[in-house]
Amino acid sequence: MEDDAPVIYGLEFQARALTAQTAETDAIRFLVGTQSLKFENQIHIIDFDDENNIINKTVLLHQAGEIWHIGGSPADKSILTTCYNKTSDCKVAACAAVWRMPAEWESGSHESPDDSSNNPQTLELLCHLDNTAHGNMACVLWEPMGDGKRLISLADNHVLLWDLQESSAEAVISSSATLEGKGQLKFTSGKWSPHHNCTQLATANDTAIRGWDLRTMSQIYCIENAHGQLVRDLDFNPNKQYYLASCGDDCKVKFWDVRNIGEPVKTLEEHSHWVWSVRYNHSHDQLVLTGSSDSRVILSNMVSISSEPFGHLVDEDDLSDTEDNNQEEKSKEPLQDSIIATYEEHEDSVYAVEWSSADPWLFASLSYDGRLVINRVPRALKYRILL
Amino acid sequence: MDADLSASAATDVTPPDSDPARKRRVHGMLKLYYGLNEEGKPDQPESLDPCDINGPHFDPEVFLNKLRKECSLTELMDQESCMVKQIRSLDSDMQTLVYENYNKFISATDTIRKMKNDFKKMEDEMDCLSTNMAAITEFSARISGTLQDQHTQITKLSGVHTLLRKLQFLFELPARLNKCLELQAYAQAVSSHRRARCVLQQYSHMPSFRGIQDDCHAIMDQLAQQLRQKFRDGGSSAKDLSECVELLLQLDEPAEELCDKFLSHAQSRLETDLLGLEAELREPVSVSGPKATVDPAGSSTSKAGEGPAGLTPSTSGTLLSPASRTDILEFIDRGCNEFVSSLCLVIASYQELFVNRPQEGDLACKNIPQMASGKLHSFVDTLAARYFTLVERRIQEEKGVGDNSLLVRALDRFHRRLQAVSKLLPGSAVPSQGTEIVVRAARERIRQYLSALQTFYLDSLTDVRQALAAPRLSVGGAGVAGGRGLLGGESSVKDASPSLPDLLVSLSASILNQIKSVLASVHLFTAKDITFSNKPYFKGEFCSEGVREGLVVSFVKFVCQSSRQFCESAGDRGGTTPPALLLLLSRLCLDYETSTISYILTLTDEQFLVQHHSPVTAVTALCSEAREAAQKLLNHYVKVQGLIISQMLRKSVETRDWVNTIEPRNVRAVMKRVVEDTTSIDVQVGLLYEEGVRKAHSSDSSKRTFSVYSSSRQQARYAPSYTPSAPMDTNLLSNIHKLFSERIDIFSPVEFNKVSVLTGIIKISLKTFLECVRLRTFGRYGLQQIQVDCHYLQMYLWRFVSDENLVHFLLDEIVGSAAHRCLDPAPMEQSVIEVICERG
Repeated sequence: MEDDAPVIYGLEFQARALTAQTAETDAIRFLVGTQSLKFENQIHIIDFDDENNIINKTVLLHQAGEIWHIGGSPADKSILTTCYNKTSDCKVAACAAVWRMPAEWESGSHESPDDSSNNPQTLELLCHLDNTAHGNMACVLWEPMGDGKRLISLADNHVLLWDLQESSAEAVISSSATLEGKGQLKFTSGKWSPHHNCTQLATANDTAIRGWDLRTMSQIYCIENAHGQLVRDLDFNPNKQYYLASCGDDCKVKFWDVRNIGEPVKTLEEHSHWVWSVRYNHSHDQLVLTGSSDSRVILSNMVSISSEPFGHLVDEDDLSDTEDNNQEEKSKEPLQDSIIATYEEHEDSVYAVEWSSADPWLFASLSYDGRLVINRVPRALKYRILL
Repeated sequence: MDADLSASAATDVTPPDSDPARKRRVHGMLKLYYGLNEEGKPDQPESLDPCDINGPHFDPEVFLNKLRKECSLTELMDQESCMVKQIRSLDSDMQTLVYENYNKFISATDTIRKMKNDFKKMEDEMDCLSTNMAAITEFSARISGTLQDQHTQITKLSGVHTLLRKLQFLFELPARLNKCLELQAYAQAVSSHRRARCVLQQYSHMPSFRGIQDDCHAIMDQLAQQLRQKFRDGGSSAKDLSECVELLLQLDEPAEELCDKFLSHAQSRLETDLLGLEAELREPVSVSGPKATVDPAGSSTSKAGEGPAGLTPSTSGTLLSPASRTDILEFIDRGCNEFVSSLCLVIASYQELFVNRPQEGDLACKNIPQMASGKLHSFVDTLAARYFTLVERRIQEEKGVGDNSLLVRALDRFHRRLQAVSKLLPGSAVPSQGTEIVVRAARERIRQYLSALQTFYLDSLTDVRQALAAPRLSVGGAGVAGGRGLLGGESSVKDASPSLPDLLVSLSASILNQIKSVLASVHLFTAKDITFSNKPYFKGEFCSEGVREGLVVSFVKFVCQSSRQFCESAGDRGGTTPPALLLLLSRLCLDYETSTISYILTLTDEQFLVQHHSPVTAVTALCSEAREAAQKLLNHYVKVQGLIISQMLRKSVETRDWVNTIEPRNVRAVMKRVVEDTTSIDVQVGLLYEEGVRKAHSSDSSKRTFSVYSSSRQQARYAPSYTPSAPMDTNLLSNIHKLFSERIDIFSPVEFNKVSVLTGIIKISLKTFLECVRLRTFGRYGLQQIQVDCHYLQMYLWRFVSDENLVHFLLDEIVGSAAHRCLDPAPMEQSVIEVICERG
């Protein structure tokens, strides 16, 4: 039951933006956007060959500027959004746009691994999300499991809901909301809830987490001081509609039940610096992944607050040979909330972690120095969850 | 011829007419007469030897033959002369004896003759006497014969006289009884009646006696009535009462009824006592209730002042201190003197009357003592229960923890007085219930002391907090003197602040004092002269469970607990807790771990001679808890201080437009603030914690900063960035660098020393700086400003940390990241940076 060694891939540039290709459910594929002020920025399409443990990459040029956030369309795997910095002489502005990958990238990439140097292809701009009136774009969110027509962007203190029209050629703001009040109101991140028919959104600004109803574009809850300091990231439990994970500069990961926002349901304090990213596993929501600027990625098993608090109930008749029986006995003791593994392959701050959309046991993490690490959930645990 | 001689000698010795037996008897008598005993000789019966000349079986023939056969002539001669000598001496002895005997015989004969004469005279006198006596007898017989008649008459007359007197007594009885009744001489009346009762009973068939009897009955009924009345009246004393009861008993009143009456009467009196107590209990509450709400401070301070160490001035105000009324000792005293003593009196007289009375007559068969003592028990139990509830209520009101001795003395008196009851009434549950009350009171007392200690602790923390807050500004400036005069401007206010060590010392001393005084107060419970101190509870459980666990251990745990709460509740935002307090508490907990806990526990164990019946908390467990708390506090302190500096750095990075900044002319003010704050933190921590160990660093550490940032190296590092051909190299370089440096945990636990604490704070600050820089985009001058700032930090921060390479590394990272995020990375000349930094 040896676990496979992690697969490491190095980018030439520094990078913060990572996403799984959401619409792709067969191949294990991640998209990474680079940050460079001096060179053409790139989007690396990382294909992971699970059988051979090899990475295949394709590089697409993203000429608009350095990428701060990237998101793949849930409907069309060739469409993605980026938030990027446009730098003119004395001005830096964060913009967002919808792009399409060129159709032929997939065919050409396999033959020549180093074709990025030759003649990298360029992304095709579908439309800009015009933000001149609203300020810097922090992130763009696709409607989860939608048809790829609806987007939300967070710009400074605005929530903007976009409709893509005419095969994504034009984006129109269908509604918007503005956060007003005192203090630091810039949104740092947000998450579109997959529950309630995709009518809810959670955003983070400063130390507060807010929930929004997209039908009325009004705030439905607000967790003031959710974290001691800045909230960096959020994620919804894919299987429990009221559960939400958040992380921030107080080194903590907190789990919330939004029906009762007075106290977090659970708090993890394992990182020794800011936690930048938190992700629920798409199918087994007890698995929670966090990335931090202490250069560590931590995989936790939050059984007690997951949708499968007691594991799967398996009939004992199904098990024939003794070895399985032993294993079954072991797994019968209720699993405790625990840290499954701490991954220390990174040398620099980890700003993004992401589960694969194709293989629920596989995830990628990206550190600032451009190192992408692909890891798997330990097999022992995998079988315990499955069996 | 020899034989003849000796034979003749032998015949001479032996009287001719005597057989051997007779001869022996005479011999024996002679011996007896002369007081000789056969001591020198061997036992008589053994001398069967016929040759033994002194033996009884001496045979002269055999002896002579033997001599002749065995001895020589000379020997025979000798023998002969010897024997002749012996015979001669025997002869003279014999003569003397005979002479003496003769003399005596002569005198005896004279005496007898004289007696004969005397007796003759006496016989004549006796004859005369007997004739006289006969005459007397005759006379006497004659006289008695004449007096016989008169004598019988006199006897009869005297009998009649007695009878008449008795009758007179009977006839006078009603009047006498009446008179007694009038004079209230009940006892006399009853005894008179008792004397007459049997007679009257016997002759009740005669009308006149019946009349008397009826009269007597009526009077006695009246008397009984009066007695009962008196009995019923509350006013009479216990002695009177018992007299009443005794009389009534003698009047054949039913004992049970009397018991009941007696008890009920006693009860009514005891109840007035109880009511008095209760009134005392109730009355001041209504008075002090509103008073306490109106003027909590005024009434409380006076009470608190009486306490040994002014315990908890703020709490006792709310606790309705019973200053305005009688204190508990008085209350208990009153209870003892009134209730308990009269209860004892009642018990004693009751027992005297009903239980222990000599059982006589038909009273014995009624089994009175058992019935009576049963009644008494239930009576005592119910009353005692009421008394106990009152006492307990009073004890519960005793909440001011000021003077424990009063309570202990009160309890002691309470307990002591109950012993009297137990002596009087051996089987009663009252004393044990009393002991239970004492035990409960002691438990309650411990709880109160614990909470008093806790409030005291919290109050003193508040005081410390105020002391820290008031001159807080000056703490900052205190230590900047070392800042090479760069920041010298505000370093003057130094003396105003109470220094942290002083605060720590006074805090821990006052807590320790408080604990000691509480221990001393509690110790009163186990003092030798206190009656209940030798009860098993006070010997065992009170000491171990109560004082050690319930008081001392709980308090230490509370201190740790509350310390930990400072970390959690005040937590995230940097909180309301001043960092100095965290530091102080951390040191306090550490001191507890190293010495105070074991000291306190040893003290407790010694004072209370704790015998651990049940498992108790070990010193080590407490110590580790304290250490944990100290660690947590210190970590939190580091976190809070780090955050304060981080916030400054973050704001300074986030709010500036780094693309369009002007060329750096000096170090930004925020960096000076950072150094200042770090210095003051260094001073602050240095006041409480030891220096700690640094990794050895080069003697010219400040110089070293220049080498790290020497322009040549910097050029070399950043050079590849400028050439588009090799974009990888920067990453590679920094990655290689990281490969060889250790991973840095930013928010990691720190050690208990200054250097470690400062290292932690600086790590947190610089890491924040790094992350913030990475989120920004810089223009050329922005980068240069960062360079200047970092150099400045480099100059001052290395001295605080355990490993200066850490600072170098983080600052390198910051400048490196800034260079990466720079649109136009043209670094500043190192010499220029140095000049700017020197200038300040």
